Amino acid sequence: MKLTKNVIVSRKGFQPLPKKIMLKNGKILDPSLKLDDEADILIENGIIKKVGKQENKGFEGEVLDCKGKIISPGWLDMHVHLREPGFEGKETIATGSLAAANGGFTAVCCMPNTSPAIDSQEIIQYIKDRSEGFLVDVFPVAAITKKREGKELSEILELVEQGAAAISDDGSPVMNAEIMRRALEYSKMVEVPVIGHEEDIHMTEGGDINEGFVSTCLGLHGMPPVAEEIMISRDIMLADYTGGRFHVAHISTAHSVELVRQAKKRGIQVTAEVTPHHFVLTDEAVRGYDTNTKMSPPLRTEQDRKALCEGLKDGTIDVIATDHAPHSFEEKEAEYIFAPFGIIGLETALALSISHLVNKNIISMLTMIEKFALNPYKILNLTPPQIKTGQKANLTVFDPATKWKVDPSKFLSKSSNTPFSEWEVVGKPFGVINNNQFFLSVL
Amino acid sequence: MALQSRHLLGLDGIAAEDIFTILDAAKSFREVLDRPIKRLPTLQGKTVVNLFYEPSTRTRISFELAEKRLSADIVNFTASSSSVKKGETLIDTVRNIEAMKIDMVVVRHSSPGAPHLLSRALNSHIINAGDGGHEHPTQALLDMFTIREKIGALKGKTVALLGDISHSRVAMSNIYGLTKVGARVIVCGPTTLIPREIDKLGIEVFHNIDEIIPQVDVLNILRLQLERQREALFPSLREYHNYFGITRERLENATKPILIMHPGPMNRGLEITSDVADSEHSVILEQVTNGVAVRMAVLFLLAGGRSEIN
Repeated sequence: MKLTKNVIVSRKGFQPLPKKIMLKNGKILDPSLKLDDEADILIENGIIKKVGKQENKGFEGEVLDCKGKIISPGWLDMHVHLREPGFEGKETIATGSLAAANGGFTAVCCMPNTSPAIDSQEIIQYIKDRSEGFLVDVFPVAAITKKREGKELSEILELVEQGAAAISDDGSPVMNAEIMRRALEYSKMVEVPVIGHEEDIHMTEGGDINEGFVSTCLGLHGMPPVAEEIMISRDIMLADYTGGRFHVAHISTAHSVELVRQAKKRGIQVTAEVTPHHFVLTDEAVRGYDTNTKMSPPLRTEQDRKALCEGLKDGTIDVIATDHAPHSFEEKEAEYIFAPFGIIGLETALALSISHLVNKNIISMLTMIEKFALNPYKILNLTPPQIKTGQKANLTVFDPATKWKVDPSKFLSKSSNTPFSEWEVVGKPFGVINNNQFFLSVL
Repeated sequence: MALQSRHLLGLDGIAAEDIFTILDAAKSFREVLDRPIKRLPTLQGKTVVNLFYEPSTRTRISFELAEKRLSADIVNFTASSSSVKKGETLIDTVRNIEAMKIDMVVVRHSSPGAPHLLSRALNSHIINAGDGGHEHPTQALLDMFTIREKIGALKGKTVALLGDISHSRVAMSNIYGLTKVGARVIVCGPTTLIPREIDKLGIEVFHNIDEIIPQVDVLNILRLQLERQREALFPSLREYHNYFGITRERLENATKPILIMHPGPMNRGLEITSDVADSEHSVILEQVTNGVAVRMAVLFLLAGGRSEIN
């Protein structure tokens, strides 16, 4: 059997892994095992049989040459909008999973702002059914409150039992502090994190971009950074008071990073994620009114961007997540104030992180992998994949040195709303292995 | 001189020479407006579409008259942007109109950047007639034209913009234009109506009107949108008038004659009292007349005209 880049081999685009396959000469980086070695990986029936030098002679199976490539445990993007059910024109569980695999991820968390919202066992089951048998593991995030209205808690215990990996009203904040307090308290029984979309909506109402010099110049309504910081402060205090676990979604300002840093020092259970667009771009990108620069939280200033990099470096920020938010072409090709918030990110995250973090000496390759592959699993209380004998082969393989130009026509996401089109980047996904299947990136 | 820009999207991205080219050309057109026959054949055979996605009376009429006086063919399209939003996209609407072979589009829209979006999608020349809280370049050009006519060169003059700066496209275009030609620009209003970091545009920020009156050559008084009170941006009209309204008593502190301007429509008795609006220092109606001349100049130059040809 020949390994080919053919996405229509099966309905889902994922192909069964050969019974016996050897990944030759790759550089293996596994932060959980402190592994940084050139070695071969022998996989049989989807299980890692051996890690170490292997002889080709007498080997009866497929050999995949991974010279120059890095092999890491499979990556998990813990902040993805798969849009199904409800907005299948933008993305589906199938296309979103393909985009994830194409970008080097073997797992995603899908956010609950679907229609209906992920606030019932039925919707969790629906997502599980729709992603059944995929290479990419899909972990649903259930809504904190019924219909994400911020009024009554959803049935958190049942939702978690059914398979929810976390709870969040993502897309909206929980404005009522009492509800948030109870969510943090109640969720302790099932040890899932409460993921906060942090934004005081009274302060951001009508806003399109970060409030500051650029919003003034462009005449766009601003969303002040303090609207995020107020909510993070509140929820850190609530996490402290309740002992609940609070995870900050898409952190975006310098003060927010400092708040999380101090909270961690005081031993409060808080973690944080950042998106590639927030550590790569600033609100200066909005000049010209490209609607692919419109997202929530908005792109901030250079000072904020630098603080996010610093937070990644000193460990304040645990995770890189994309906030992959697909929107159709016609929705985005609109007047700035009418365009929806959000950009896609699954297929550019790897390259942007290598180009703008690792290659700029902000974090090491191993730390980057930790933030993609290890920490998301830890935060979600899931067992992280490891590259060792006896483990299921759940691997991300990428080429750290390949230079390429971002070409959205090669994306497998149903949408192409990215501000990074035509960008020259370094580092390219090569392929992923998981659940006894493989997928070679077509980027 | 011909224009360097293909469009007039704002005064932010335009060269200072282009501003002077327009103001010079406008001078000739202003003279035409005093002739018994005000029509010129300049734009004969050219088609201009006035695309107004936001209600407007004076700007629309001013553009329409400017186009008629240059003998252009005119099509008017008026729609509410919120209702259009649900149906055909802006780009589709305008591409359809352009497919009927037109030359220029004058656009007024509630979204900042709408003219920029059109300039990327169309081949026609785009003129921004107001995009949300961003820019209103022809208004600023007519303000600059009026100042130049009344008190001479703009360079070195002190111009104060008063009132709601946060939501004012007139203020933004005036700031971009006036700073470019070397005027000193002051903005003055309640702290809640001054946008953040606006001083970085090379202007000065004040909150006390009595402090600035002795320093200025021009007071450009902006219209206060009454709905801002509901957004907690100021507590009452009464207090606004008492602290920021321009009255004759306040103007008595002036050390030299001050040109009184207002882009209209005025809230008499609120941001400006009638005795000021109708005083000998007020040039509010002249601004309106000059607006037609300035818009004729913009249309003429974008269509390929040169300012030395009358």
